[in-house]
Amino acid sequence: MSLDADWTRRWIVLVADRIAERKAELTHLDRDIGDGDHGENLDRGFSAVRARLDDLDAAATPGAILKLVATTLISTVGGASGPLYGTAFLRASTAAGDAETLDDVLVDVLRAARDGIVARGKAEAGDKTMVDAWSPAVEAAAAATDARSALEAAATAAEAGAAATEPLVARKGRASYLGERAIGHRDPGSESTALILRAAADA
Amino acid sequence: MSVGLLIVSHSVRIAEGVVELAGQMAEGVTIVAAGGAEDGGIGTSFDLVTAGMQAADSGEGVVVLCDLGSAVLTAETALELLDEAAASRVRIADAPIVEGAVAAAVAASAGDDVDGVLAAARTAAGGPSPVDDARTVPDDGPTRTLTLVNDSGLHARPAADLVQLAATFDARVQVNGVDARSMLRVLGLGLDRGASVTIRATGPEAEEAVAAVADLVERGFDES
Repeated sequence: MSLDADWTRRWIVLVADRIAERKAELTHLDRDIGDGDHGENLDRGFSAVRARLDDLDAAATPGAILKLVATTLISTVGGASGPLYGTAFLRASTAAGDAETLDDVLVDVLRAARDGIVARGKAEAGDKTMVDAWSPAVEAAAAATDARSALEAAATAAEAGAAATEPLVARKGRASYLGERAIGHRDPGSESTALILRAAADA
Repeated sequence: MSVGLLIVSHSVRIAEGVVELAGQMAEGVTIVAAGGAEDGGIGTSFDLVTAGMQAADSGEGVVVLCDLGSAVLTAETALELLDEAAASRVRIADAPIVEGAVAAAVAASAGDDVDGVLAAARTAAGGPSPVDDARTVPDDGPTRTLTLVNDSGLHARPAADLVQLAATFDARVQVNGVDARSMLRVLGLGLDRGASVTIRATGPEAEEAVAAVADLVERGFDES
């Protein structure tokens, strides 16, 4: 099975489903160390994406689908995750280009997404942000032998990366105001990143 | 025409209030508010910010003032997607939104170019401003000096409590020389547990304000 436009649509719809299911959990994580809106914001964004996907040309390439996700998230999310994930999907869309499938460009797509988040948020590894899930995911995907196993490796690495944010002090975002009080709490952005990449592996 | 300003806040009312305040000091300067999410709730809207960058630009350029981190992210994303010619005239200021907007508006009305207005906004960044702060509260009024006893010191939530409390009095309250109504200024003090806090006020309810804020500090901001 290839990572074609149908797969891309399935992936994004699966992300929307899982965010809707886990909205309260994501918001709860964010309430602990942020402003308590991460789940609601992402659910609003991906619900809008789902609605717009139906109107998208049936012949749309994976890159075009990713671009629709990007522009929709940027205009509908309303919190920091809007521009961050929006930029990630935008750069991913550029990396995907006109390709009919992502099979041969998957690592480039994931890396472009991660680089977009780093460029936008200026966070580094260990700052207790979504970068701590994205970077190990990109490295794991790059070491894999084919696209399917790359997705599985990326999802597993992102989940481990998200869990590894728990002992950290935040150096970016609203949680950075809390200093050591952020210790023991998982970064909500790293958790939603793991959710997005797990959905990619399952789609 | 002068350089325009765009005020990007998570709150509709903050953006409008900053426009009102800065506008009072800078007649003829176009100052546009882009506050709140699409639905008017707390958040920032990419579409509003993009439209604001266009509306504030008369050809001389735009300086953008933002409140919290995600407002900056939204503004940077909007800037990246703007057409190149317009984007080349937009600057995002790293400055507190209120003080930065006032300083920038004054510079814009004086005819400074976009980089001059940006520099003016930046003078308001970080540290106490001796001009506004020293003048507003005389040091012969009610004063209390205490030690911060709560674990997190004067970080986000305690600072918010303090700012909200101070704002309920008809008084101008200062904490260590900065305006107690300014969350950014109070947070900017970077006070940790054990730090010394001096509260001072002036105005009809100065005594009550100092007593109430001192009590909040002594109670450790009710942190468990």
